[in-house]
Amino acid sequence: MHCQARDFDTLDRRLIDSYQRGLPVCTRPFHSVAERLGTSEAEVISRLERLQSLGVLSRVGPVFDHARAGASLLAAVAVPEVERDAFAELINAAPGVNHNYAREHDFNLWFVMTAPDEPELEARLAALEARLGVPILRLPMLEGFHIDLSFPIPWAELERT
Amino acid sequence: MSVSTCPSRSALNRDEQHRDAQGLDAADRAIVLATQAGLPLVPDPWGAVGREVGMSGAEVLERMQAMQARGVVRRVAAVPNHYRLGYVANGMTVWDVDDAHVARLGREVAAIEGVSHCYRRPRHLPHWPYNLFAMLHGRSREEVERQAAVLCERLGEACRDHRILYSSRILKKTGLRLAGSRPGAAWTEPERRG
Repeated sequence: MHCQARDFDTLDRRLIDSYQRGLPVCTRPFHSVAERLGTSEAEVISRLERLQSLGVLSRVGPVFDHARAGASLLAAVAVPEVERDAFAELINAAPGVNHNYAREHDFNLWFVMTAPDEPELEARLAALEARLGVPILRLPMLEGFHIDLSFPIPWAELERT
Repeated sequence: MSVSTCPSRSALNRDEQHRDAQGLDAADRAIVLATQAGLPLVPDPWGAVGREVGMSGAEVLERMQAMQARGVVRRVAAVPNHYRLGYVANGMTVWDVDDAHVARLGREVAAIEGVSHCYRRPRHLPHWPYNLFAMLHGRSREEVERQAAVLCERLGEACRDHRILYSSRILKKTGLRLAGSRPGAAWTEPERRG
């Protein structure tokens, strides 16, 4: 289920640590990474493939700013715990839903609804609300205080656990 | 970015050439859709994406750089999955903070170790009094609780109440943002369980 820090050597760690903050956006990005790390383009690509197949990297690609790449909203519903999975299936099937977490609270299903624009977002929420038969708590972001979603991985500490 | 350098766009009809509210035109949106689940890991990823969407690699790269300059794309990066590295406790902490101080305190909370996202959101009284959200990540619930105690101390008397909502199950998680984003996109049928 989880990977062990010792499965990753110095080059793996440097790839993750350095490039979670951004790859060069140029013609041959992996060639340019390889030059900086003193290795070959083929080596960089095969390392990234392995890290991706192990799931340590979820992807290598663009990170979009949700707020600027369409409309989105955090939403929650309170449903009977025994019917939670049935409600979750309805939510997951709705167009625009891209995250859905069960959480331990009266509001026990938390999801992100997305749409190309605000009117379509509200239309999708209203349609889903009608389908679920329970009110949807709408929690749009009013202000964001944290814009850098990368955080350092304490490799040495992970090795001890 | 001029139309004349982009032969593929002549194939798009007039309606599709308009830019949406985010300044993306149809060609940008095609690139977003083709790359949001990740780039192909090949020496020339832009060329590979270009073949998929009917553009040259140079145009894909140029548009990606332009989207990054406009802030639509934050960065092109290797995106780690912290859960796979042992960060299994994910606590969404929610705080009822005095409106007069929430902007200042939000910035302070966002800088505390372990906080990955920090947002101000509306209250919905009486059911939902919390206006500040901070996502905490740790290797255990005990670690998340220690982080939450640090936040609690920082917020001090400006905070009336708070909760930690742990995720008990991930029911859907995808990095996809624009898939099926056409207005009126169809519902998909829930998968049948065996």
